Amino acid sequence: MKVNQLVLTFSSVAENVGIARMLVASVGAQLDLPLNDIEELKVTVSEAVSNAIIHGYRGESGRLVLLELEINKETLKITVSDEGCGIPDVEQAMQPAFSTDPERMGLGFVFMQSFMDELEVDSTVNQGTTVTMVKYLDRSTASPSH
Amino acid sequence: MDAVELYSEQPMKGGFFRMEKKIERQTLILRLDGDLDMKTAGTLRQAIDHEIERRGIRIVVLNMEKVKFIDSSGLGVILGRYKKLLSLGGKVKISNVPPHIYKIMELSGLPRIIRFFSDETAAQADNEEGRGA
Repeated sequence: MKVNQLVLTFSSVAENVGIARMLVASVGAQLDLPLNDIEELKVTVSEAVSNAIIHGYRGESGRLVLLELEINKETLKITVSDEGCGIPDVEQAMQPAFSTDPERMGLGFVFMQSFMDELEVDSTVNQGTTVTMVKYLDRSTASPSH
Repeated sequence: MDAVELYSEQPMKGGFFRMEKKIERQTLILRLDGDLDMKTAGTLRQAIDHEIERRGIRIVVLNMEKVKFIDSSGLGVILGRYKKLLSLGGKVKISNVPPHIYKIMELSGLPRIIRFFSDETAAQADNEEGRGA
């Protein structure tokens, strides 16, 4: 059952990464998530949106990034989509320390994988990339915070 | 204190970031304040590279006490300055890291190659030659 849904479309400019983070932080606070989880959600969204702008659109500013937050009873689903260049080899891109830029650490997907319970990357070259991530909300009896 | 506000905007806009810098001989101390992400990482990179090139800075101390957020863009710039300074015989030191920021840095593996200190004084007092940690 979908409890709440937020959709934000924004230009592929660096200024909007902070806005995307603030949106997910607000939703996390509304869900009464622990501060640590909210911090992790902020990093997750920051990485996914930065990837869309830096890699998907190769820094081109006039394109659009879509951020969808879907709150269900037991999950928070975050989807970040672009219509950029796509990832030729998703498996390789998700390897730790894989980066196309020597100044970057190749940690974007590592953070997303570490902080979320599910991660799926759907990418088609020249059509775009959709990153779908799920966080389980019912953690009252779950394992201690990681 | 040679305090320079290189970049600043209202926190509610997201991406607030500013720095104070202090230079002592070949050491640059940067007190960072705000979010270190893809928007602001370039500002930090330029500030450090500028001092390396213009003043022959070889040791950079990053005081992270007021850093509210960091992601791989911010970590990448720190790693990039570490690599650049290492090739010049210099080093990067990090001090005053808040626990939630340290968690992200630890996951990145950065504390394995860069030395962390409790405060600026400890970072400056450390005269160990060569690479950190």
